[in-house]
Amino acid sequence: MSTPLLQIQGIHKRFGGLHALNDVGLSINAGEIYGLIGPNGAGKTTLFNVLTGLYQPDEGRFTFDGHDLFRKKPYVVVRSGIARTFQNIRLFANMTALENVMVGQHVRTHSGVIGAIFRHPKARAEEAAIRTHALELLEYVGIAKRRDELARNLSYGDQRRLEIARALATRPRLLALDEPAAGMNPSETEGLKKLMQKIRDDGVTILLIEHDVKLMMGLCDRIAVLDYGKKIAEGRPEQVKNDPRVIEAYLGVAPE
Amino acid sequence: MNFAFLQTPRGKLITYAILGIVLAVLPWVLTGGFENGKAWVRAVDFALLYIMLALGLNIVVGYAGLLDLGYIAFYAVGAYCYALLNSPHLQAMLPYWAHNPPFLLMLLVAAFTAGVFGLLLGTPVLKLRGDYLAIVTLGFGEIIRIFMNNLDRPINITNGPQGINNIERVHFLGIDFGRPVQWLGLTFDMVHLYYYLILAFCVLIIFVTLRLQHSRIGRAWVALREDEIAANAMGINIRNVKLLAFAMGASFGGVSGALFASFQGFVSPESFVLMESIMVLCMVVLGGMGHIPGVILGAIIVSITPEILRDVINPMQEAAFGKRVLDPENLRMLIFGLAMIAIMLVRPEGLWPSKRRAREFHEHDEEARA
Amino acid sequence: MDIFIQQLINGLIVGSIYALIALGYTMVYGIMQLINFAHGEIVMIGAMVTITCINLLLGLGVQLPGPLLLLAGLLMAIPVSMLLGFTIERVAYRPLRRAPRLAPLITAIGVSIVLQQLAMLIWGRNYRPFPAILPTVVHDFYGAAITDLQIAIFILAFLLMGGLFFLIERTKLGRAMRATSQNPDVAGLMGVNINTVISMTFVIGSALGAVAGVMVAANYDQAHAYMGFMIGLKAFTAAVLGGIGNLAGAVVGGILLGLIESLGSGYLGDLTGGFLGSHYKDIFAFVVLIAVLIFRPSGLMGERVAERA
Repeated sequence: MSTPLLQIQGIHKRFGGLHALNDVGLSINAGEIYGLIGPNGAGKTTLFNVLTGLYQPDEGRFTFDGHDLFRKKPYVVVRSGIARTFQNIRLFANMTALENVMVGQHVRTHSGVIGAIFRHPKARAEEAAIRTHALELLEYVGIAKRRDELARNLSYGDQRRLEIARALATRPRLLALDEPAAGMNPSETEGLKKLMQKIRDDGVTILLIEHDVKLMMGLCDRIAVLDYGKKIAEGRPEQVKNDPRVIEAYLGVAPE
Repeated sequence: MNFAFLQTPRGKLITYAILGIVLAVLPWVLTGGFENGKAWVRAVDFALLYIMLALGLNIVVGYAGLLDLGYIAFYAVGAYCYALLNSPHLQAMLPYWAHNPPFLLMLLVAAFTAGVFGLLLGTPVLKLRGDYLAIVTLGFGEIIRIFMNNLDRPINITNGPQGINNIERVHFLGIDFGRPVQWLGLTFDMVHLYYYLILAFCVLIIFVTLRLQHSRIGRAWVALREDEIAANAMGINIRNVKLLAFAMGASFGGVSGALFASFQGFVSPESFVLMESIMVLCMVVLGGMGHIPGVILGAIIVSITPEILRDVINPMQEAAFGKRVLDPENLRMLIFGLAMIAIMLVRPEGLWPSKRRAREFHEHDEEARA
Repeated sequence: MDIFIQQLINGLIVGSIYALIALGYTMVYGIMQLINFAHGEIVMIGAMVTITCINLLLGLGVQLPGPLLLLAGLLMAIPVSMLLGFTIERVAYRPLRRAPRLAPLITAIGVSIVLQQLAMLIWGRNYRPFPAILPTVVHDFYGAAITDLQIAIFILAFLLMGGLFFLIERTKLGRAMRATSQNPDVAGLMGVNINTVISMTFVIGSALGAVAGVMVAANYDQAHAYMGFMIGLKAFTAAVLGGIGNLAGAVVGGILLGLIESLGSGYLGDLTGGFLGSHYKDIFAFVVLIAVLIFRPSGLMGERVAERA
């Protein structure tokens, strides 16, 4: 395999006395589905926030697709090709599904105030393209019928899908999904799994946080395990599953 | 009633045509039908200025969700811009080419200067949220006013509390807007001329607002209002988008202020007190935040109601008690305050919210009942 | 006379009054995230009722020592303000508790206008002098002058603040208030009567406001129907400066604002070589506020709310 798509090394993040991420390093290859698991409070979401620019890490290295993204603003990170969803869905609740996805394309489009007011041909064309692409994405995740519903009125599962569509609208190379299956019933989870495989097959690398171990085992190419802010294991699903440190972390064998 | 017809292209055309005719003849109906008609046209002129202000503030508060309690500062900046360049007060100190600039250029200068002040306000408050933002914007408004009140020394720039007098009226398209014009057998007085001038700019601002609303920028503003963190994570440059909202809103205020100064012929810090900022905010919220027709309605109601009350209160008192029992000025503001409370209690979403927002409220009701 | 100490004393006195009013804002804000714009008007009404009451007693020929007259006035003003605060919450805020944030802000502004205009209708447009019932004893304090009245204001303000802190930290009602400010829904589930707690918050805040109003009137020897607006604004600024929702922050913010204004207006001219005179005093307060908020976006003592992503 050539150089990895995403590579982080020695990432530290502290909140006051809490050492939320302690020397975390990992590399994700283009085209894989990479899983991130660990007990609650292990630092998974913190790592996500660091990887998407919402938190600034204290030290470490962070490169993506040839760009240095260490301590870069979220819009730089997104422009470089990383998009995300949130553990507790954060849609633009009072915008329609379609508008949510249109907002997602903000970073790939350029019309400004002048374009908005005068609607010159270029701005018109861009606006039309935004709308078309948004519709395509809604179709892609399977909620095209609900495009004019307000995001807040969608069912839970559809909101999850809409969040994925909105993230895909930024045209990412890496899609980071924070517990996308949380709260879903088995059939919804199955649908989601298919969607993620489809996204991967279409060339987008996926980084996934999930508690549903069964889902992770069947879906991920590689998995990393975080515990107390440290990476304690990494490898193919079956390797990780049998790693004694992982079992200890999950089953809570006394750490001393 | 069925309004479906209004949605068809034909229906829209007819609606706009009727609206256009009504707006065109309105000042003549007022001057023809009322004894003090000119005062009414004047009141309408001010209402139009307030519509522009309310639409500007609506961008900041209604779209981008940034609570601004010092918005009148931008109106003040626009007004002083116009006043300083178009009155004898400061002209002795200015190079000749800066005297009485062409009208459209003047408006651009006012819009630009106010926009710069918008950035000036926006930059330090980027990280502030909600009510912290409110108090800082309020402070900013007061700072601007206090400076205008005191910048008469050491160098006399603003002429302090006395304000600036003898401001030249607009000269535009060969018309001196300060003198009556005879046309089509009608005498266009200053209030009439200004009515059409301000109306034109009001329509322009409505147009710009509508265009912005349905654009990439407009969507980014609403996304920011809905969830700043998600907007950030979607790659929206929060800083730029916020600053743009402040600057756009401010520039509307600047244009409106310049028109105000030229119409009034006089500016002083007293026109730009905190209460004015609050009134503009009331227009936006009472009308229906984020919904252009609602905001326009709010501006009309809030600016015209006190004027109507002024005319009806004394006759009402005399009819009820046979004499003037209470100070009409206080009574009218009292009724105004009560009306504000009543409207909000009955329609917290505003008088004319967007359908979407009305729906949102309706659901709240159902949740509350459940 | 030592100007520095004099300004320091003036600042502390005014600051303790600001603090008392700021507590009213911050309590309401802490519990319902509402800027109670009408609070300044309650302060004004407290002052007006007291003055009227004292004048009435004097008019009836009641022979009482000044402080007792003042106490009588206060005993009238406090219940009036409490009732007013209670009513305002009931009528203008409670129906909008689940409405979007700006709706109650507008009714608050409406209430503020109504109270101002009512006050004008009742008490007229002119300044009302504070009756000269208090002996003006001036003490020398390291070269600065301080009156009995100022000492009394300062002590009373801190006694009241102490009482409030005791109430909040040590009593059942206080615990209910703290719980409600953390999470009203959960507090409700735990058996706290939210409505009572909110009503009590307004009632207590209004009582403090009434006392503060009398202090303002006595300190400046006058009262006016519009006085509530400016003093309310200052006190609210103080609350934000300290970190709105935080009681200790309100006290710190109030005292600090009083000191800043007083020292600022005393020295602003010297600091800027005469360019900015004392008439820029109000700017000074706002500039400090903005500066503080740039470095501490949640105020001096406000919780630093971590952005939860």
